[in-house]
Amino acid sequence: MEWIHLLIQGVLLGGLYTLFATGLSLMFGIMRLVNIAHGDFIILAAYVGLVVIDVLGIDPFLALLVVVPLMGGGGYILQRVLLNRTLGSDILPPLLVTFGLSIIIQNVLLEVFSGDSQRVNLDNGLDIASIQISEYISIGVLPLIILILSILVIVVLQFVFYKTELGRAFRATSDDQDIARLMGISNKHIFGLAMAVAMAVVAVAGVLLSMRTNFDPSVGPSRLLYGFEAVIIGGLGSLWGTLAGGLILGVAQAVGAHIDPGWQILMGHIVFLVILVIRPRGLFPRSID
Amino acid sequence: MKYKNNNPHFNVDSSRRSFIKKSGGIVASVAVLGGGSIAPVFAAERTIKFGYVSPQTGPLASFAEADDFILTGIREKLKNGIKIGSKVYRAEILVRDSQSNASRASEVASQLILEEEVDIMLVAATPETTNPVSDQCEVNEVPCISTIAPWQAWMIPRGVFPAPGGGSFDWTYHFFWGLEDVISTYTGMWESLGTNKVVAGLFPNDSDGNAWGDPSVGFPPVLAKKGFKLIDPGRFQNMSDDFSTQINAYRKGEAEILTGVVIPPDFTTFWTQAKQQGFNPKIASVGKGMLFPSAVESLGNVGHNLSTEVWWSPNHPFSSSLSGESARELAMEYSRSSGKQWTQPIGFVHALFEVAVDAMKRSGELGEPGLVRDAIRDTNLNTIVGNVNWKDSPIPNVSKTPVVGGQWRLGGDYMYDMVIINNDLAPEVPLGGDMQALS
Repeated sequence: MEWIHLLIQGVLLGGLYTLFATGLSLMFGIMRLVNIAHGDFIILAAYVGLVVIDVLGIDPFLALLVVVPLMGGGGYILQRVLLNRTLGSDILPPLLVTFGLSIIIQNVLLEVFSGDSQRVNLDNGLDIASIQISEYISIGVLPLIILILSILVIVVLQFVFYKTELGRAFRATSDDQDIARLMGISNKHIFGLAMAVAMAVVAVAGVLLSMRTNFDPSVGPSRLLYGFEAVIIGGLGSLWGTLAGGLILGVAQAVGAHIDPGWQILMGHIVFLVILVIRPRGLFPRSID
Repeated sequence: MKYKNNNPHFNVDSSRRSFIKKSGGIVASVAVLGGGSIAPVFAAERTIKFGYVSPQTGPLASFAEADDFILTGIREKLKNGIKIGSKVYRAEILVRDSQSNASRASEVASQLILEEEVDIMLVAATPETTNPVSDQCEVNEVPCISTIAPWQAWMIPRGVFPAPGGGSFDWTYHFFWGLEDVISTYTGMWESLGTNKVVAGLFPNDSDGNAWGDPSVGFPPVLAKKGFKLIDPGRFQNMSDDFSTQINAYRKGEAEILTGVVIPPDFTTFWTQAKQQGFNPKIASVGKGMLFPSAVESLGNVGHNLSTEVWWSPNHPFSSSLSGESARELAMEYSRSSGKQWTQPIGFVHALFEVAVDAMKRSGELGEPGLVRDAIRDTNLNTIVGNVNWKDSPIPNVSKTPVVGGQWRLGGDYMYDMVIINNDLAPEVPLGGDMQALS
């Protein structure tokens, strides 16, 4: 029974990691952009959510309707104005620029919001509500919502990628930028749209994180690592793989914690390394490049 | 990560201007005192240089949040200079940011010592800041006063042991409380309520967690002696996202008391999961994570009656030797100027400067580090955090200040107000109410 409980908690945690990873997966999958500032973007989204909830006085979940387009629009502009200029055959410039962005975001947040830790409170007690299944198994409502939303995000993205014209353009650009351009696709615009989609997912991750636990301007980088690991475990460019990666990471941590609490985070890293050794391209790699 | 201008030449140009940059700017917070309507008569061009290092940015930034407020007040008090011997000298406070990083703290301390040639070093908040700065001062033979770190965490990692023959420091002095005070305050609070005396221990794998959970100097031996049973599932990493294993263990052992020293994000994650998974202790006394009101507020309504150690509050019956303000006046002044609730470090940062100014005044002659050091060693001063006295302290280089126990309660002036409910160790601090069980 205890094991079932721990596995359930691990899967629930995996939902959060999936959300952290999906944006990264999109950026890397389409633009080959390694975004060091990803964790800070998540925290930025959390702060945007905090302000939106505060100013409009709306339910945190409704705030998603505002934060998602805001972050998405910001993502498009960021890509067109800044990041497109860094993309090229050299992988170093985007790394350096996003590293710089990470520092800028942290310090701007610190100036504006101070170092106090913040959290979005759910008035109705949803954050502590749970579904009792047996004496030792209970499922927290909020973690369950996060898991469901993360699966929903993957399903929607999967649909966009494989059933729409935009998705075809994304995939074409990802496969071969030059040929895609020959076919009349504007890479710069497509990259902007891809970043907008990625930032929309970041917005979901940030707002949900802000309901789940505290955040302050400095915690972004610690969120980056799990995202990277989930992407690599799942295989670059595969959305379902990213979901699998997130869940594997969550369960690995739960199992590790059961062996010894000190092993919780370590176990996630160990599983990541083992998979990297056995399948260097992840479990479900989409393309060969 | 913030860039501060540490160029020593920057200082030369502005040595006669008041250059106070408020709100922790990106610009250097180098302030030179002087001016004022009635120009005081200063002795020579020589100024007294106070170096001050604190974590103004990064994860520990909350500890230094009130620095600008405190420094503005201190500078105002020192604008007429400080009299040492027969001469009045201009005073200058050089502020540096540790960026919550120990190596950065060490670097800025070394700059303050070697380039600015400060007369006395002051450092506050957490061993990550106090220890590297104290070490630099010890090596370079500069007098240093530190605070806001349990004294064991300041002393033992630096190679001195609180036992006969354990050694002592020549240049560095510390005032704060110790682990033994927290332990006895916590157990005192727990004994005031009827429980099954089973304690759930939540200790992370960091310097605080390992010290609190240490089988010889931490909670375990004291709890065993006082008849408590401790459930300790083991050390976990900070920034964990899941505490189901620990919650399971506590529920199985039917723990009714929770204790630990946890960072705020981890405590929020733990506490919401505990509620989700049905672990409802009667008492939860948590160090570090429940220090700041913002952390308690982030729990929503489920932070009511959480308890923690209190080392300074507006109700402490002490007043400043510099300004004469009482603890309450200082806290209210902070709330007025910042619009925020008072926090515990305010009193201690203020007291740090009280002690330093007092020592400089008694040092007899400017420019003699040894005289300043001797003056610090002979300190016996009533400050806004209580009596600081290295002269008669049984622990070398350490002066202990009082600790009491408090609970966060909903529905006062702020979302949560701190109510003092245990003063076993410091009866002079008035109680604000009785210990209440968590609902």
